[in-house]
Amino acid sequence: MHFVVCLKQVPDTSEVRIDPATNTLMREGVPSIINPYDAHGLEEAIKLRDQLGGKVTIVSMGPPQAKEALKKAISFGADRAILLSDRAFGGSDSLATAYVLSTVLKKIHEAEPIDLIFTGKEAIDGDTAQTGPGIAQRLGFPQLTYIIKIIDISESSITVERKTESGRQIVQAKLPALITVEKELNEIRYATLPNMMKAAAYEPEVWDSKFLEFDIMQMGLKGSPTSVSKIFAPPGRSGGEIIDGTKDPVATAESLVQKILQQNIIMVHPLVKGGKNE
Amino acid sequence: MENFDVIVVGGGPAGLSAAISAAKAGMKTIVIERGNYPGTKNVMGGILYTKPTNMVVPDFWKEAPIERPIIEQRIAMLSGDQCVMASHRDPAWTTEPNAHSVLRVKFDRWLSQQAEKAGVMIIPETIVEDLLYRGDQVAGVRTGRGEGDLGAKIVIIAEGVNNFLAVKAGLAKPLHPHNVAVAVKEIITLPKEKIEDRFCLEEGQGATIELYGDSTAGIMGTGFIYTNKESISIGVGTLLQPLIQQKWTPNDLLEHFKAKPYVKRLLQGGETKEYLAHLIPEGGYTNLPKLYRQGVMVVGDTAMLMNSLNREGSNLAMISGMSAGEVAAQAISAGDTSEQMLAAYERKLRDSFVLKDLHHYRHMSKFFENNPHMLKIYPEIINHAAGMYLTVDGVPKKQRQKEILRMAFKRRSIPGIMKDIYGAWRALL
Repeated sequence: MHFVVCLKQVPDTSEVRIDPATNTLMREGVPSIINPYDAHGLEEAIKLRDQLGGKVTIVSMGPPQAKEALKKAISFGADRAILLSDRAFGGSDSLATAYVLSTVLKKIHEAEPIDLIFTGKEAIDGDTAQTGPGIAQRLGFPQLTYIIKIIDISESSITVERKTESGRQIVQAKLPALITVEKELNEIRYATLPNMMKAAAYEPEVWDSKFLEFDIMQMGLKGSPTSVSKIFAPPGRSGGEIIDGTKDPVATAESLVQKILQQNIIMVHPLVKGGKNE
Repeated sequence: MENFDVIVVGGGPAGLSAAISAAKAGMKTIVIERGNYPGTKNVMGGILYTKPTNMVVPDFWKEAPIERPIIEQRIAMLSGDQCVMASHRDPAWTTEPNAHSVLRVKFDRWLSQQAEKAGVMIIPETIVEDLLYRGDQVAGVRTGRGEGDLGAKIVIIAEGVNNFLAVKAGLAKPLHPHNVAVAVKEIITLPKEKIEDRFCLEEGQGATIELYGDSTAGIMGTGFIYTNKESISIGVGTLLQPLIQQKWTPNDLLEHFKAKPYVKRLLQGGETKEYLAHLIPEGGYTNLPKLYRQGVMVVGDTAMLMNSLNREGSNLAMISGMSAGEVAAQAISAGDTSEQMLAAYERKLRDSFVLKDLHHYRHMSKFFENNPHMLKIYPEIINHAAGMYLTVDGVPKKQRQKEILRMAFKRRSIPGIMKDIYGAWRALL
C-alpha cells in the first residue's frame, strides 16, 4: 500500500515567546520541530507499512530549512521525502496550502496510486485544522478527522475511531481516503541507528512552483483570502483580592457576601426576609 | 553492522576536529553526538583563539559564526565594592585577530557542517553506551538505539568532561571533586551600541574582563565578562571542592558576582536569554588519563586537556582532536592500530604546546588547593593599598606608605608573603 504523510515543520511553540511591542512570535533561537500531530500520522503510516508492506512518502511545504524535518521523517523509517519549496508558495494560508498540496498529491497519485493520506489534526503554530480536510475535498477522497485509532484496514476500506466532542465514533470509509490524527493514536518510536544513518545521507527531493502546472492565483499571498486584522496577546490575569480573615470572622463573612452580591454572582431572593439587605 | 574507519564519540570541538582531520585523510568517519545537533550540549566561557583553530579549519574566522574579535583584555581584583584593574588593548587585533568571542551553539554547528563537507557522517541524538572489543582491541561502539552497533578500526573518545566511556575503557579515573571546576554562565542580550559604549569599543570590536577575588567570594576561580555581538556572556567558574565546603550554590555565586557595582552597571537593562552550566576538568598534568591503547584514543576534556589560567580549553581540545585524527589515519593506512602505533598521538601532544603548557603548570592545582587564602587575602590587600595610596587627606606620603605596609603585614605576615611568592613563582613561572 502507498501511504502519504503531509508534514509541517513548525516552531516549537512551547519555547516561543510573544514580542510585547509587535505582538508577533519571536522565532529567533526557537528550535523547529515536526508538527507533533503530523509525527503521530508518520508513526502510524510507518507502522502500517511495516505490517502490510508498501511505501511511505512524505510531502511538506516550507522554506529550505524544512529539509531537516524531512530528514528526521526518514530517520523514523519513511521511504521518500518531497519538499515543496518556492518563494511563490510563501504566504499561503490554509486554503492555498491545501491547493498546492492537493495538486502535488494528484501528481503523485497518478504515478503511484495512494491508498491513505495522513495529516495531523492541526498544526500547533496555526491551530486551524483546515489543511487536511481541504486536501481531501480537492482530491475527492473521504475525510476522516480526529482519528485516535485505526481499527481495521483492508485493500479497499478503513475503519477508524474518531474523537468527537460528545464521545467516540466508529466510522468506515472506502480507500483511498485521508485521515487527520490525534496524539492518542500511537506512541512515537525511537529511530534505529541504520535509519538514522540513512537519514544523515538522505537528500530530500525539492519541487518548486515550476515543477507542476500550478494556478498562480490560488497559491501564495494571492491565493490566500485570510487576512489578519489584529494580533494581540491576551491580557495577563490580575491578582485576586484578599480579605483579611484573621480578626473578626463575622465581619469577614459579611464583607465577602457583600462583594459577591455587588458582583451579581448571587442575589437575595425576594421572599427572604430579615436579611441585612432589607 | 556497518563498519567505519574512525568512530568519534562526541561532537564538541575535540571530536569534530578529530573527525575533520581523519576524513580529510580519506578515512570513512562518523561522529555520534547526544545533542539535537553538535553545539547544543557544549559550553565554554566564550573565547576561542584564532591560530590553533586556523590549524583545523584555515581562515575559519572569515566565514564562521563568530561574535567579536577581542582587542582589549582586562584583569581585575575585586574586594567588596572596590576594584583594581589592569588591561591591555591593541586595535590591530581587529584585523589580525588573536581571539574571538563565540557562542558554542552556533560555532559548533558550523564546525559540524565543515565536517560534513569533509565527508563526515554526523548522527545526533544518540548516546554511545559501550565500546566493542575484538580480543583486547577496541573494535567499535554500541549505541543506545535499535540495531545500534557500529564497527571501527579506531574509536576516538571525545565525550567531554563526563568521562564514562574512558573510565569503562580503563583509560581514565572517575571524576573527583578535587579535579573538577564548575562554571555557570548567562547570556544577557543588549543592543550592540550599548555594548560598544560601555566597553569603549569601535563597531564590531570585543573585550574581555576577568575578575579575581570577591567575584567568586574568594574561592579559587574567576568571574568573567565577554562581549558578543548583541549579548554579554557573564559567568563564574570555581573549583568544585571548596564550593561544596563553603556551601555556595553556583547560581548564588553568579548572582553575587552580578550584583557587584562594577559588574551591575555593565549589564544594566539587559535580558537574560540563556543560562548554561558545565563542569571543567582541572586535574592538570599529574591527573592526565592514559591517552591511547589498542584501537582507541581520548581527546579534549576527556583527556583533561585544560589550561584555565590562560583561559585555554577549546584550542587544546581542537589540537588534540586534530592530532588524534591524523594519527588514526596514519595507523589505519599502515594497517596497524596497535598501542605502539597510536603512541604517536601522545608524542605529538608532547611536542606541541598542549602538554608542554600542562607540564609547565603541573604544580598549579596543588598549590591553589593547599593555599586557598590566595584569592581572599591578596585582592583585599591590593584594593586597600590602592585606596590608601590614592586618599589625599594631609597625611604625609612617607607615613602613608608605612601605614600601607603595616596594613599588608597585618593581614599576612612577612614570612607568609615570602612563602606565597615562592609558591606562586613555582606554580606559575
